Amino acid sequence: MRKEVWIPRLLIAVSVLFIGVMLVLPLVVVLAEAFSSGLNAFLRAVTDPYTLKALRLTLTATVAAVLINTLFGLTAAWAVTRFSFRGKGILSTLIDIPFAVSPVIAGLVFILIFGRISPLHPFLDAHDIKVVFAEPGIILATVFVTFPFVARELIPTLEARGTDEEQAAALMGAGFVTIFRRVTFPHIRWALLYSVILCAARAMGEFGAVSVVSGHLRGKTNTLPLHVEILYSEYQFTAAFAVSAILAGAAVLILTARNIVEYLAHKEDDFNVR
Amino acid sequence: MKKTTLMFQRRARWAFVLFALLLPVSFAGFSAPPVKAAPTELTNVSYDPTRELYEQYNAAFRKFWKNKTGADVTIVQSHGGSGKQARAVIEGNQADVVTLALAYDISAIEKAGLIKKGWQKDFPSNSSPYTSTIVFLVRKGNPKNLKTWGDLAKDGVGVITPNPKTSGGARWNYLAAWAWAQKEYKGDEKAVLDFIGKLFRNVLVLDTGARGSTNTFVRNGQGDVLLAWENEAYLAIAEHKNDFEIVTPDLSILAEPPVAIVDAVVDKRGSRELANAYLDYLYSDEGQRIAGKNHYRPSNPKIAAEFADVFDLKVNLITIDDPLFGGWEKAQTKHFTDGGIFDRIYTR
Repeated sequence: MRKEVWIPRLLIAVSVLFIGVMLVLPLVVVLAEAFSSGLNAFLRAVTDPYTLKALRLTLTATVAAVLINTLFGLTAAWAVTRFSFRGKGILSTLIDIPFAVSPVIAGLVFILIFGRISPLHPFLDAHDIKVVFAEPGIILATVFVTFPFVARELIPTLEARGTDEEQAAALMGAGFVTIFRRVTFPHIRWALLYSVILCAARAMGEFGAVSVVSGHLRGKTNTLPLHVEILYSEYQFTAAFAVSAILAGAAVLILTARNIVEYLAHKEDDFNVR
Repeated sequence: MKKTTLMFQRRARWAFVLFALLLPVSFAGFSAPPVKAAPTELTNVSYDPTRELYEQYNAAFRKFWKNKTGADVTIVQSHGGSGKQARAVIEGNQADVVTLALAYDISAIEKAGLIKKGWQKDFPSNSSPYTSTIVFLVRKGNPKNLKTWGDLAKDGVGVITPNPKTSGGARWNYLAAWAWAQKEYKGDEKAVLDFIGKLFRNVLVLDTGARGSTNTFVRNGQGDVLLAWENEAYLAIAEHKNDFEIVTPDLSILAEPPVAIVDAVVDKRGSRELANAYLDYLYSDEGQRIAGKNHYRPSNPKIAAEFADVFDLKVNLITIDDPLFGGWEKAQTKHFTDGGIFDRIYTR
């Protein structure tokens, strides 16, 4: 009996300690360093034109990744759960590749495909299309590393729901759009929102793949995480941590949004059950 | 059901047409600014420690160009490890000019066909508007009394330098020590090897890059002496005024970080005139002074003399093209390739 009292306490203590050391402490350190030279130094670092440009690029890449991956994720999840076709198993495995492959390799692959040494290069060059070492490359890299999120979240949800309701709607003469809008979407909207939030969080923080395709052109292809690294290696510790604080702040906002979404989703589920 | 499918197909076709129409538009939106108009933007791909230098220089150049032509120009900077930066240019990073740490790295771009042969003759002083050398950064008061390269091989001295296998700066460190030993032991190869071996056995931490070593010595307080670029050493002193001092050894190596126009890029963008003016102005009195203020030695001796109280201008500097080394290619093969001299002395 005594054992059973101690086990949960031990588990809780270990978890709290671990989270404290691994997550809370670094966050506190980041904030402490960010404000270590006073509020003015922090504001100066955060409103620096290069920081603002990096922020704009990070937001552009995040929004693009979320839009593209939502579209792709919906399509893929719908295809995998609602139709049976040859190679379905392979498709649903392929979706997970970005989780398995190191982002650096993803970046190098884009360099090989779109860089100067690629067979595509003469065509791209003739049409003045810049992909790597420019914004499209950053967006591509971000899309690549985040593309499983939406599909992975939606597939189980759609599978759990089954296809009965959609078949009924189709039999009653509803078109594709109507079925999606009135039958499928209401069931998956919380899962979708949740996955979009995770996707955004990951997109904002992406470093490896983006670092490879960026070329580090200041004010042009520098995202916030890259900017942090540059500032840090230039001895600008306060500025580096101030910019990190923007990212940490965004992460906290995203986590809050995630909790709200979870709460609302549960509330609705409870309502449905009753 | 049939009607549904048909409608779906029609919609799908529309969606496809729309997508096909939007695709080129979105690419057009991303691509470069119009090529033919006189360019107002210049990209300078540089290496790690030149950030402060080019920040000041770019401001000065913008002013100069505005006075001369009335046009505003934007300079886009990129900094990173010299070898990595050269690689990015080869892979398609569109630099109008490169300002890197070693001629070796610019030669790599030349070999890829982006820079024409003989680039090192395009600008004065081997296309190196500023130079630097390797110095000792020691703790205040020089408690171990380290004055010459010979002192570094003594027992109980902790040396910090990055790894010559991975760091350009570290190769200069190693070659400077080698040059000193060659003179000291009058070319007695065995004595030289012994000395280099002892020196590297005194190394406490072998970081992968110059900034890493500086942090090991300055922030983590390891070792008695850091072998560093002169400009890095001054930067460390500026950060921590009362903790360190610089010792310039009687003999060191002359590092010539060169600059070059990337011909393939400027010809395509039509930015040759601007790129040329940009690099040329580095040699002007103002450009040279900015280099000096950022602890690079101006290549113009008259301006260098203005900084005589900062730099030890009397130090005997040996270049990589000295018969002792015979240029980068030779030095690289002899000392740093796998199984080269460095591998042999360091594993002993």
